[in-house]
Parts: sequence; structure tokens; C-alpha cells
Amino acid sequence: MTATTPAVIDIVEPPKPLGRIIYEFARRNPTVIFGSGLLLAMVTIAVFAPFFAPGDPLALAPARRLRPPSETYWFGTDMFGRDVYTRTIYGARISLIVGICVSALSTVVGLAIGLLSGYVRIVDAVIMRIMDGLMAIPGILLAIAMMALTKASVENVIIAITIPEIPRVVRLVRGVVLQIREQPYIEAAQSIGTRFHRVLLKHILPNVMAPIIVQATYICAAAVLIEAGLSFLGAGTPPNIPSWGNIMAEGRTFFQIAFWIILFPGLFLSVTVLAINLLGDGLRDALDPRLARRM
Amino acid sequence: MTTQTMERPSQTVGGVEKVLEIEDLKTHFFTRDGVVRAVDGVSYHVLKGETLGVVGESGCGKSVTALSVLRLIAKPGRIVQGKIKMSGRNLLDLSDEEMRTIRGNDVSMIFQEPMTSLNPVLTLGRQISETIMLHQGLNKKDAWDKSIEMLKLVRIPEAERRVTEYPFQMSGGMRQRVMIAMALSCNPKVLLADEPTTALDVTIQAQILHLMLELKEKTGTAIVLITHDLGVVAETCQRVVVMYAGKKVEEATADELFERPLHPYTVGLMKSIPRLDRAATTDHPGRLMEIPGMVPSLKNMPPGCAFAPRCSFATERCRREIPAFEMKASGHYAACFNSDKVAEIHHG
Amino acid sequence: MYAYLIRRILATIPVMAVVAIFVFSLLFLSPGDPAAIIAGDLATADDIARIRERLGLNEPFLVQFGKWVFNLARGDLGVSIFSNLPVSKLMLQRLEPTLLLTTTTLIIAICAAVPMGVIAAWKAGTIIDRGVMLFAVLGFSFPSFVLGYLLIYGFAIKLEVLPVQGYTSISKGFGPFLNNIILPSLTLGMVQAALIARMTRTSVLEVLAEDYIRTAHSKGLATNKVLIGHALKNAAVPIVTIIGISFALLIGGAIITESVFAIPGLGRLTVDAILRRDYPIIQGVILVFSGAYVLVNLAVDIIYTFLDPRIRY
Repeated sequence: MTATTPAVIDIVEPPKPLGRIIYEFARRNPTVIFGSGLLLAMVTIAVFAPFFAPGDPLALAPARRLRPPSETYWFGTDMFGRDVYTRTIYGARISLIVGICVSALSTVVGLAIGLLSGYVRIVDAVIMRIMDGLMAIPGILLAIAMMALTKASVENVIIAITIPEIPRVVRLVRGVVLQIREQPYIEAAQSIGTRFHRVLLKHILPNVMAPIIVQATYICAAAVLIEAGLSFLGAGTPPNIPSWGNIMAEGRTFFQIAFWIILFPGLFLSVTVLAINLLGDGLRDALDPRLARRM
Repeated sequence: MTTQTMERPSQTVGGVEKVLEIEDLKTHFFTRDGVVRAVDGVSYHVLKGETLGVVGESGCGKSVTALSVLRLIAKPGRIVQGKIKMSGRNLLDLSDEEMRTIRGNDVSMIFQEPMTSLNPVLTLGRQISETIMLHQGLNKKDAWDKSIEMLKLVRIPEAERRVTEYPFQMSGGMRQRVMIAMALSCNPKVLLADEPTTALDVTIQAQILHLMLELKEKTGTAIVLITHDLGVVAETCQRVVVMYAGKKVEEATADELFERPLHPYTVGLMKSIPRLDRAATTDHPGRLMEIPGMVPSLKNMPPGCAFAPRCSFATERCRREIPAFEMKASGHYAACFNSDKVAEIHHG
Repeated sequence: MYAYLIRRILATIPVMAVVAIFVFSLLFLSPGDPAAIIAGDLATADDIARIRERLGLNEPFLVQFGKWVFNLARGDLGVSIFSNLPVSKLMLQRLEPTLLLTTTTLIIAICAAVPMGVIAAWKAGTIIDRGVMLFAVLGFSFPSFVLGYLLIYGFAIKLEVLPVQGYTSISKGFGPFLNNIILPSLTLGMVQAALIARMTRTSVLEVLAEDYIRTAHSKGLATNKVLIGHALKNAAVPIVTIIGISFALLIGGAIITESVFAIPGLGRLTVDAILRRDYPIIQGVILVFSGAYVLVNLAVDIIYTFLDPRIRY
């Protein structure tokens, strides 16, 4: 026999360097890069507002009311002569603060409740009924109702918007916990005596992280929108603080003669929300392609 | 370079008409990481009323060949070259509309997973009759009656009731019967059966194969039975084609193939079938035999014979040159430089 | 199948109970004296006492709750603090515009979004797909009031083809009704359409990868038959689900849209009530809207049984 030992074929491909992975990701998801860039720009504007708009957002100048956009007043003036540009720039602060706080708060609270609910069955039944009930009330309506009973302030706005968002997070976390709880490796870990909190930290939390981060991003976008809506209706941030919704609410009566009061904050608002949503989409696609279906 | 030195181009072999002839088919997939040559120059024909077995392991291109016949290759795949001849026409030249009159009508296909190949939200009757209404122009009621007939033909009990039911109400074996009924409802010339019994229990397997052969006798449909299971081939096929890494490596009648395999891969396949009836001898030791190594990545084929890296008969020439597919004995073809050595050592 | 339906109907009861408890308790959950807050900043002690008396806040909590639920069962939603009229009467007056606005919007949104999603899924990866998805993200991100004002500016002020604001009842003719409802519907429907289109695309795309679609093609069926007859029916469940869930957004959006377009519906009623802290109206509105949302989702559950036979059992 002329048999020779067959050569072993190496079919494993070498791992790609990190730089190349990022480059390919950027090429395939240009919208994510675009969205993150926009968001970064907005955050910069908000943080360094005095630098971008050196004037005083509250300064009244009735002699110069309702001027259209010009070289001195880039976005024109409103009915009290205030500079719309300055107010819009400062408005970014409120919107982003509300967005981030609501997002963080609802995620933390929802995570806690969801973990508890997923793990303890009796508590689960009660909690899920409450969550279902809360979810049956349209979010804005719930926020409005709560704002109607309290003093208008940014803190109260944050709380009012957070509460309707909590059930979403709870549902998500609970779903993941229920799913993972059934896995054989959890049983295995418990059978060798792993303590509960370690099971939680090492096994459950990592699986929950990815969907929660994506959800938190979407919640941030929703919160910015709801805050603007609330302010627009008069149930949001107090009128002396310039937020985009407030500026637009004030501009309503003068819409036909001075549309710029609504236009510019509206544009900024849309761009910000768009940026956050794009970021959320990108995170969703990047972190787990299977998630893309559930969301 | 011709890969076949066997036939004079004709429509018959030994007086029997060829219903389907695949000629030098190449179907490639253009992926981001490279070109996958799933089918790389395959030719075979099917005679009227015969059962042709197409054997090979997963990824060798046998399913893609069948899908190419029906032109169901989706992006990033494309049929790059070749002819698929049927009734004097080249299927690859037809327009989309013309091709649709062939599918389900002249050529039908059944798939490996009966559990997922039927639409879960439509009744069986609806799924069978829509093909009948489309190709045979019957009205709804007549098509429905014909569906019931087809269900009876594949031995489904209480066909009148079953026809209004949904796939989830049936077992895997029954669903496969429904698939067969659907496929044969318009009397196709050729039935492409892609691993029809692989997902079923062994006892059900036998039933389904038996059913298919019985129906073949009744309707005269030729069957292309695609499988990796040589046992199935032995029971049902008259002729066999063995494929490896996108190419044909051996072709013969079933008897010839099992009696005297002429390609090392075929030998390897046969040896890896667990045999309970043989005591341990030097020729057939008690351990399960496997073919060492793995199928090469279809993006990165070695030069020379694709099987050479795993072949115990391989020589330097094998690694450099691709062996031609040629006739080694009457009606028996193989692509190997060392077929005579293979024949010496292994008898069936 | 009836067992399924009865179970679904019974499941709505605890949900509404939670809503009722929450709505009722809200008054008490807020910091400070509810009567003082409702009375407003300029109220005297007498005003506050009067309001407290009117709202029955002096009695024990459970007694109040009991009375409230009892009244609810009789259809009595309380009396408006500001106008002294029964809440139910006020709400019935404003019902038609809101009902018609939401219905029209939903119809337009579904008719536009589902085909868009199907086509996007069919042509996945192409520029058509990216276009639809871009539209979806934009629609989802644009606040409805911004869009509303843009549309008003474009169509009503500059082009002068449509009215700036207002509502015309259907009883005055379908044409005039449509004329007034078009801009509000488009404004409100943008978010719906975006959500529905996205979900349709995702769902259909997933279905198109299934084996039975390959079987359908192998039988020689034409593409549109495969898409609509085979794919869509399987993809329908998630799509219908999102339509049900987005109803909550529809209601919220309606409140804002009615404000922008000065439509005298339930949304306007709510906004006025907020500004005046007319709590009985706010309570009534929440109950009714939540009830509507629960009913819509119940309808969705029923529709499921028609779409997917497996759900009946």
C-alpha cells in the first residue's frame, strides 16, 4: 500500500484585530456613528452652554420682540424679546438631564423589581398585576395626572416620567430572569452550593445587561419626548426654566407670525431624539442580533 | 475540460427517456468572505421512472444541485454555468413566469424537515389545493376533492377530516406524507426528495420510503433521492451518484456501487456504516471506522483532488492534479487515479 | 376556544382594578394636602375646607374608595370642580372628535405602514429597505407637535389648501370632516406608522426565512401570493400585538394633537382639567382611556385566534 498519513487541514481562521472589527462595524452601520456623533454634539452643547450662547436666556427686551432670525439674533426673538437661540441652547440642558435621569432611575428601579419578581414567585404574581395595571394607563396621561397634583419642578417631572417607564423595564428583566432560571447551568451552580447573590451576579446579571442597555437608550429618547410634550401642554417644567417644550408652548400663540419660536427648539428636539434612537438601534444590532427581533 | 467521457449526447439511455439532465452545473455563493463553490461542475441525468440516489455528506452540494434545478437559489448564490435540460428545454433559459409553471408541476421537491416545511396557519386542504388550482386550473371545490384523494393516496386515515386540519395537529411522519401528497398532486415528471426521511424515526423512515416507491410505480414519476444514508440508497435506488465537495466522484448502478466501489470516498462511506453482522476481522475491525480529517472549506479548496488530504490512497499526483471523471467499467464511473488499487482491496 | 376567550376577559378585571385603585389613590399619594393643591396657590383656608368637604376627603380612606367604586358602577364619574357639571356628561360631549380622530389615524397608519413593511422585508438590504427604515426612525423621533406645526405651516399657511385648526363633525358631511381631519391624522399617525412599519418588516423578514416559504416557492406560487397568503398571515401576530400596544401612544399623542389643532375632544378636556387641577375630570379621563386600551388589547387577543389556529387551544 502506498498509504501516507493524511495531512491535517487547518480550517480555523485567525481572529480579527479589534481595529478591523470596529472599522467593519462602522461601515455596516453608518447610522450608529451618525447618531452617536449627533448625540455627542448635543451633550457638548448642553454642558458648555454658556460657551455656545454667552447671553442670558432669561433676559427680557420687549423693545426687540418678535424679530425674525438675523445676524444678531440667529434664531430670532420671542414675544418678550428674549433671544431664542440662547434659550434653545440652554434648553438642551433640561431635556438631556431629564432624559438621562429618567433612563437611569427607571432602569435601576426596574432592574431591582424585575429581578425580585423573576426569582420569587409569590411576589411575581402581585407585581405583574400592578405592572399590567400601570401599563394600561397611557404614559403621558399618567405623567400628567401626577404633575397635576404636585408643584411643577424638574425633579417632579423626572419622577412623573419615570414611573410609567418602570413596567417596561420590569417586564424585560423578569423575562430574561425567568428564561435563565430554567437553564441547566443555573441548577448545576446551585447544586454545588453557589450562594444566591453569586448566581445573581455571575450568571443572571450579564445576560440582562445587554437588553437593558438598549432599552435604557430607548427610554431616554421617550423621556425627552414626553418632557417636551408635558411642557408643551403646560404640565411640565416650570415656565421660568427654558426647556424646548416650554419655549414651543410659549410660541404657540404667535405661530403664524413668528414661527421661528417653535421651529428651532422643535428642530433641536427632533435631532436629539433621532440621535438617541439611532444609538439605541445601533446598540441593539451590535450587542445581540437576536434582540433585534424582540424589540 | 470535459468531466464526462461517457455519453454521446442523446435523449435516451438504453431506450429509456431521460426526463431530467443536468449538464456541468456550477452554483456559487458570493459571500463577504469569499466565493463558495457549492456545486462545481456537476452533471447527471435521471431516466423516466427510475430512482436515482445522490449521496454525500453535509455540504457536498447535493441539496444545492436540487435547488438549482428549481432555480430556488437565493442571494448571495447564483447559478454561474451549466444547462438543466427537461423536455428539450433548458430550464436556466426560461423566464420567471415560465419557471413557475415548472415548479410543483413538472418538477416537485420535498424537504428534510417535515415539521417546518408546512405553513402552520393554513389548512392542509388549502396548501394542497392551491398547487392544484394553480397548475391544473380546477376550481376550489374540485381541487379540494382532489386534495382529499391525494391524502388517501398517501395513506392518511380519515382524509376528509384531516384535510381541514392544521399541520400542528399531525406527527412528523404524517406531515411528510402530506408533503409527498402535495408534491405529487400535479403528476410531476421528477420528484426531488431532499433527505426526506432523515428527520424521522427509523420505523417511520421505512414506511415513507415504501410509500414513495409504491407511488412511483403508480404514477411513473422519477425520483432523485438525496441522502447521506447509504442504507436508504441500498433499499430504494437503481443508480447512485456520489458527491464530494461540490463535484461528482463516482457513479454506478446500486448493485455495482456496493459490490465494487471505485473511489476511496465511497469506500470510506461504506466502511463507516455500523455493521452488526460481521465479527471483528482484519478487514472489518470491531471499531467504528471514520474518514479522518474534515471536508475542506469550499472557499479554500486544495489544488488537485479535493479528497486527497483525507485519502489513504493519495499520491503526489493526486495532490497536484484533479482526476478526470471517467468510465472505469461498463456503466461505472469515478474520478480517481487509483481506482484499480481501490478495487483490488475492497469488495463489497 | 371559548375557554381561552373567557380567560382573557377575566384577566382584564384585575388590571382595571389596579387602575382604579391607582387613580383613586393618586390624590393621596402626592405630598402635601390634596385639597390645598387642588384649591391652588391663592386659596383661603375656607376654600380648602370647602373643597375637602366636596371631595369627601374627611372620611376614612376605605369608605371613600367604596363610595367611589359604587358610583363608578352606576356610571357616575363624579362632578367637575370647576364647572359643576357631571364628568360623564362632559366626557360624552367630547367623545366624538377623539374617537373619530383615533380611528381615522389608525386606519391610515395601518394601510400605509403594513405594505411598506412588507415591501421593505421583501427587498431587504436594498435601498428601498433602508429608505423605509429611515422613515420609520424619523417618524418615531419627530415629536408629534413639531410635525403638526410643520404640516400646518406647509399646507395651511403657505399653500392654503387645508384649514389651520378646528374640527368638523361628520354630521356636517364627510368631505368637510375629512378636510379638517387630514392634518391631525397625519400628525398623530406618524408615530404609529413608524412603529407598525418597523415591526412588520422585522416580522415578515423572520417569516421569509422559514422553510415553509421555500416550500411555497417550490410549488410555483407567484411572489405576491407567497408574501400575502403565506408570509403575512404568519407574520401577523407580532404586528397586531404592536398595534395594540401602540394604542397607548395613540391616546397620549391624541391629547397633544388635539391641543395643536384645537380639536374639542377628550384630549382638550384633559389639558384644561390639568391647568385647573380639576381632579375628578382627570380621574374620569384616565379610567376611560385605560379602559379603552384594555378593550383594544382584548380585541387583539380575539383577533389572534383568527390568525393563528394554534392559539385557540
